Amino acid sequence: MSDTTMNEHESEVLDRVILRFAGDSGDGMQLVGDQFTNVSALFGNDLATFPDFPAEIRAPAGTLAGVSAFQVQISDHDILTPGDAPNVLVAMNPAALKANVATLPPGATVIVNVDAFEERNLTKAGYDVNPLTDGSLSAYTVYEVPMTSITTEVSKDAGVKPRDAERSKNFFALGLICWLYTRPIDGTAEWIKSKYEGKFLVMEANLRALKAGYHFGETAELFASSFEVRPATLEPGEYVNITGNTATAWGLIAAAKQSGLPLFLGTYPITPASDILHELSKHKEFGVRTFQAEDEIAGIGAALGAAFGGALGVTTTSGPGVDLKAEMMGLGVSLELPLLIINIQRGGPSTGLPTKTEQADLLHAMYGRHGESPLPIVAAKTPSHCFEATIEAVRLAVKYRTPVILLSDGYLANGTEPWRLPDVADLPIIDPDFASGPNHIDEAGNEVFWPYVRDETTLARPWAPPGLAGLEHRIGGLEKADGSGNVSYDGDNHERMTRLRAAKIAGIANDIPPTDVDDEDGHADVLVVGWGSTYGAIAAGVRRVRARGHKVAHAHLVHLNPFPADLGDVLGRYRRVLVPEVNMGQLSRLLRAEYLVDVVSFTQLKGIPFRAASMESAILELIRTEDAGDGRSDAVTSSVGGTPVDGTVPADGKVSR
Amino acid sequence: MTDLAQADGTHTNGASVPVPVTTRKDWSSDQEVRWCPGCGDYTILAAMQMLLPDLGVRRENTVFLSGIGCAARLPYYMNTYGMHSIHGRAPAIATGLATTRPDLDVWVITGDGDSLSIGGNHLIHALRRNVNITILLFNNQIYGLTKGQYSPTSEMAKVTKSTPFGSLEQPFNPLSLALGAEASFVARSHDMDRKHMTEMFRRAHAHKGSSFVEIYQNCNVFNDGAFEQITGKDHRSEMLIPLVHGEPIRFGAEGEHGVVRGPDGAVDVVSVADVGESALLVHDEHRENPGLAFQLSRLSRGPYEPTPIGVFRDVDRPEYGLEMTRQVDAVIERKGEGDIAALLRSGSSWTVE
Ligand code: SF4
Repeated sequence: MSDTTMNEHESEVLDRVILRFAGDSGDGMQLVGDQFTNVSALFGNDLATFPDFPAEIRAPAGTLAGVSAFQVQISDHDILTPGDAPNVLVAMNPAALKANVATLPPGATVIVNVDAFEERNLTKAGYDVNPLTDGSLSAYTVYEVPMTSITTEVSKDAGVKPRDAERSKNFFALGLICWLYTRPIDGTAEWIKSKYEGKFLVMEANLRALKAGYHFGETAELFASSFEVRPATLEPGEYVNITGNTATAWGLIAAAKQSGLPLFLGTYPITPASDILHELSKHKEFGVRTFQAEDEIAGIGAALGAAFGGALGVTTTSGPGVDLKAEMMGLGVSLELPLLIINIQRGGPSTGLPTKTEQADLLHAMYGRHGESPLPIVAAKTPSHCFEATIEAVRLAVKYRTPVILLSDGYLANGTEPWRLPDVADLPIIDPDFASGPNHIDEAGNEVFWPYVRDETTLARPWAPPGLAGLEHRIGGLEKADGSGNVSYDGDNHERMTRLRAAKIAGIANDIPPTDVDDEDGHADVLVVGWGSTYGAIAAGVRRVRARGHKVAHAHLVHLNPFPADLGDVLGRYRRVLVPEVNMGQLSRLLRAEYLVDVVSFTQLKGIPFRAASMESAILELIRTEDAGDGRSDAVTSSVGGTPVDGTVPADGKVSR
Repeated sequence: MTDLAQADGTHTNGASVPVPVTTRKDWSSDQEVRWCPGCGDYTILAAMQMLLPDLGVRRENTVFLSGIGCAARLPYYMNTYGMHSIHGRAPAIATGLATTRPDLDVWVITGDGDSLSIGGNHLIHALRRNVNITILLFNNQIYGLTKGQYSPTSEMAKVTKSTPFGSLEQPFNPLSLALGAEASFVARSHDMDRKHMTEMFRRAHAHKGSSFVEIYQNCNVFNDGAFEQITGKDHRSEMLIPLVHGEPIRFGAEGEHGVVRGPDGAVDVVSVADVGESALLVHDEHRENPGLAFQLSRLSRGPYEPTPIGVFRDVDRPEYGLEMTRQVDAVIERKGEGDIAALLRSGSSWTVE
């Protein structure tokens, strides 16, 4: 079975399948996609998901703008991405078909709700002729299923109004897909019962639709057979299926517990970060305090105030929200207090693409404050990794008394993957190490407390929340005298303090793991360096390239500031370095500036993650040019520079240097 | 000294010892005070430093937070915990602090530019939420620190460095704004009367929830004499209307003027001789409806007409931080303390052998 085509007549057992549910934003595609994912996770498949929806809650029904999709790849072996091209598309209306048909490989299966393919909907989707009848879908196996009419029909005698019954058609589609991929529906039925408890008619309509879909598969004889994707052989352990935002929220709760600090989240709702607020606000049993502020500034301000008081202060945001927080981050740098800023990156500039993913805030995280105001940056690489990355970010913030930026993005936030639960006993202990007494003898020989006396190793200053007599002190945004923390406008002092603050952050390089390089035998010439959510696509691309018999190495950075201490050496070991990013080449600029390494930037800005196939092409292209010459000649580079590398999808990624 | 920082966020090392007897000196930091000579801020600072030994509070449990402006330097001069933050944001920072540390007295020191311009949003929301903080707004109707531009409380037509042809803007009435923002404690004082200021600060401190005190403060460099017509020694009795709870509102050397509420509900200054004492409005700080307090806040159109000072409003409302703690406690009571291992398994989990 190849990884991109599926032929249901050939075999009943598949090693993997990529499904895409697509419909109107109001059709409940995310709901059924989620549910199918959960069922598959419990079944034991490895999987990865990619919810892809518009910013509008209900864009005009039936239009391309209103199409909401949920893609999931399920597999019997470990996989890294939600897949490039769906093997199966479920299209609830013509717009859903039109918006997604271009991504289908030849031979893919298309299951359409044929009831929706009437003139009005076709026109809204921009079809002049019905694609079901004009032969334009001949490359695919198309199943026309009257989902709306069957759904309405089965609920007729339950007292559900036809208009309401019709809304259950997403569960019909789910039932059908469950049959097709031999998934039991009992779990989903139970889930419907609990979710719609108290809304009897809705529950009944959904249950009936689900069963009708399942039975339709069995009895309609449309499908020659059903398929099976067997459980994956994952590492032994207990698993849950988790989104990046949930993993982040749980990471915060765990970090609070591991540090003994009360957790305070100050935030303002913004897509796609709000789910962290929602999740945390449910967990007051952990002493979590969530504060929905009047604006982004107050969100981070309150978090900083809580940190001053000895709490774990956290703020979450995205897009324009992160701009608004810059001023308070600067204050945090000056106050040298622990503070966590979580940025769930989305497409920009300005309001940009609220529901689409991008990695374009790295340079903002590095430099987006006035003055010299460095702070550590940690980036999560997969949905479940958000848990670990969050705890690491908190560790650095507390130990070094500094604001830390944790970068996630829209893809990680909403995407899911199975996560092998860590042993709680193995979670790191974070010691707040609060100041406990005087730390200085003044000129008169008195023991006094100075807020800016630094730890010799970490260069961190003491954290002395109010409440301890004898440690009263004042801090602020004005430059402080080294040691005493009194206001100082002295030039020499300013230079010393600026260098001390920078050295403190730079010194973290000695407190983080060395670069984790995946290079099978150490003989690769080409190294791919990524960060953040490109992890899955890069790792999948690397696997493909290796499967073709080439050598390639992959390093994925979790710490973006400072970089691991050995990164320069690592880069120097390879003849060529490829840096794929969902931005205009931000990490590649940093690497070039820091290490004078002539990296090749590979970028894409479509609001979606990289495809493994385009990653594969980009790596192969670099290996090919490397093999053709010394890889550094102008002739070779100019043939690569600016040339789209993925022939099949011309605008899919840009290589430049 | 041992660290007694508690997991619930309380940090303390002296709770078992009685509150030490202190003097003004104990509350003054070693930092040189750097306001312009003659600035009204000095008397406000003195009033504060002299009041604190009287309040029965601990220095280590007292925090002064400020934004940016001349007033915002005050925390540096207090020998307590303190933070001089960024322009307008002190109420937001204070909200996080007071919400997580109910054991602290949190004072927010601000000015008319700081909290009515750039920080207007934070001010009104802190008041609305009734966060347990005491906000002292030094209103000098000018930007001092940036050297003399008009502020959101400057009178219309005011000529300043940034309005050489006169200001075109209707000023804010800080008390009306606070009352409109659902403030539960609202008072006004002025820098020429330390006794009155002290009393207002004491009352504001005693109030649970947000307290808001406007202090008319003279900026002798950029707006000298802005309040002279009402706070000058010779004018006070005729121009300041003391509000006393439960008492008829009257003023003047002989108490010859008073305030009445007309048939249309509007308040007005009258001669007591004309209307009789029984017609005077009796001040009620605890009135649930803020309407009358709002009217009193607008009795004078500016510091050139008889102006009420004192506590305009003092009502009980649920305090934000306390309510948040209650919610947390109630959930812990119901569900028990959270357990991380259980949290990680709270969705559907499955086991791979
Ligand atoms: S500028 Fe005005 S308000 Fe500021 S310190 Fe000088 S006199 Fe006081």
